[in-house]
Amino acid sequence: MMPRAAALARRIPWTLVAFVAAAAIPWLGSRYETFLGTQIAIDALFAVSLNLLLGTTGLVSFGHVAYFGIGSYVCGILMKTYAVPFTLALPAAALGAAGFALVFGFFCVRLTKIYFAMLTLAFSQIVWAICFKWNDVTGGDQGLPDVPYPDLAWMSSIPGLGDLRTAEQFYLVTLVVVTVSLLAMRRIIASPFGRMLTTIRENPERAASIGLDVRTYELAAFVVAGGFAGIAGALFGIFNRGVFSDYVYWPKSAEVMIMTILGGIEHFWGPVVGAATLVLLNQQITSYTEYWPLVLGSILLVLLFVFPGGIVGGLVAGVAWLGRRYGRRARA
Amino acid sequence: MPASFLFGQFLGGLTTAMFLFLIASGLSLVFGVMRVLNFAHGSFYMVGAYLAWQVVQWLAPMAHSFWLAALGAALGVALLGAVVERLLLRHLYGREELYQLLLTYALVLILGDAAKAIWGTRQLSVSRPPILDGGIEIMGTTLPIYNLFILLIGPAIALAVWLLLTRSAAGRMVRAAALDREMLGALGANVGAIYTGMFVASSFLAGLSGALVTPIQSIVPGMDVEIIVEAFIVVVIGGLGSFWGTFWGSVIYGQVLSFGILVFPSFSIFSVFALMAVILIVRPWGLFGRPIR
Repeated sequence: MMPRAAALARRIPWTLVAFVAAAAIPWLGSRYETFLGTQIAIDALFAVSLNLLLGTTGLVSFGHVAYFGIGSYVCGILMKTYAVPFTLALPAAALGAAGFALVFGFFCVRLTKIYFAMLTLAFSQIVWAICFKWNDVTGGDQGLPDVPYPDLAWMSSIPGLGDLRTAEQFYLVTLVVVTVSLLAMRRIIASPFGRMLTTIRENPERAASIGLDVRTYELAAFVVAGGFAGIAGALFGIFNRGVFSDYVYWPKSAEVMIMTILGGIEHFWGPVVGAATLVLLNQQITSYTEYWPLVLGSILLVLLFVFPGGIVGGLVAGVAWLGRRYGRRARA
Repeated sequence: MPASFLFGQFLGGLTTAMFLFLIASGLSLVFGVMRVLNFAHGSFYMVGAYLAWQVVQWLAPMAHSFWLAALGAALGVALLGAVVERLLLRHLYGREELYQLLLTYALVLILGDAAKAIWGTRQLSVSRPPILDGGIEIMGTTLPIYNLFILLIGPAIALAVWLLLTRSAAGRMVRAAALDREMLGALGANVGAIYTGMFVASSFLAGLSGALVTPIQSIVPGMDVEIIVEAFIVVVIGGLGSFWGTFWGSVIYGQVLSFGILVFPSFSIFSVFALMAVILIVRPWGLFGRPIR
């Protein structure tokens, strides 16, 4: 019975089911739930983009927030200061973030381990210092408030979407952008290029000795991850109705890393689960206490000592254990 | 620009440098020996500052309350360091660096909030010890005596640590542990105890520097995450794990910050991060370090 259920479970297109369920939130849920849904979607994209480095390629970047922030600022400045439409500002944010990732990454991939982490941190702090001080363009410490929503009038002409609020329409846009981005990243990881990245993670010396240009592959991963982080940042700036230099400050890099590891870096969907868990938990806990960082730190400790594989890692291990038990019983 | 102004700028940079050296020296020692990059070092510094304030409150009317507070803060943070190393860090030595980084980051979150819960979010300050009140005139600029004291204590501590490392039996053990931990263990030395001792000493220095900074800077939440990045810059400039490198790295950092303000008034923070990036690109092991295996 068990194997048939498993086969059935495997045949269900889970990605589609999850997408439809998430898309139904504006109709079935409250305004607040739509708000949370938007945040989860954006964080999920950010965390998966980090995991392309962390889990797939084995690069510990402590400055991933730089590309999120660059995407945020590029999109925010274009839309607010120059009134560029969202359909152009979003790709521009992705390209801008990827461009910076190319320049910074060129230097970063020449280093390994702790030096790599330190250099990514240094670059992200350079970006932060510029955003924080360049008043004329980035608004300095005041940031860029009132980034406009994209023009979503076209949505109102589609039957059924017309009576949604702007925030809910933007949620649907976010969901589509995030889903397309996630599928693209999954495709990239499954491609021969992605397999090469995994090879580099497992054994960089071996990868180099079979003729792989390790640095170029790492740089490519860095650029792709930066570009997707830029998309997440662009969406976040609009969602949050403003872009502020806090987005680029280094503890944000640690936050997204916690999200990624909480979900599990060994599975593609792990960071998505991590993002959802952390956003929902944050919402629950901040209604009781202001000491969210204390709780987050404690979760991180438990994670490090008890579940190093994260939530998805733990679940997979649990299912495998059940499978072994049932399998044995079936054979006996 | 008058010479006295430039000299004042130089002295200001040097004072910043000596403070940063006090903080970064512990970070550098722990990295040099244990290869752990301790994000929580800035939090230890912050706890040191709060503890010093607390002890001063308790002992307020006493004559030497500041000095007792500094000692109390350093010892308190050393104890905290011992608990952290024995209870938590110790179990992650065999694991990837990422996990050690995250453990120390978890401590940043926890200690930051704990300090908020205990001492609140308002700014606290400690007055200068009476003996170091006032200022003296050097080459046309007035230097507060407290700053002069810091200018002297920085090199004094550097010298003391260096003598301990190079001339004492314990220092020899520490240097051996930094070079080859397995070999040292195989020779029968208690490497675990050396690691604990190193971490405690580093925490002591963090607590002490936190206490010493209180007379010239107010104690606020967020001072932990701000200082740790500066300490990282200093350690990277000098060379991760190189002790004298950290000293000279601090001096360079202080001067770049101090004179950078004159050249690019609003981008002086940018200049030090750029310096850090350039050094990592050109000489990842820093100006005074050696490439590690």
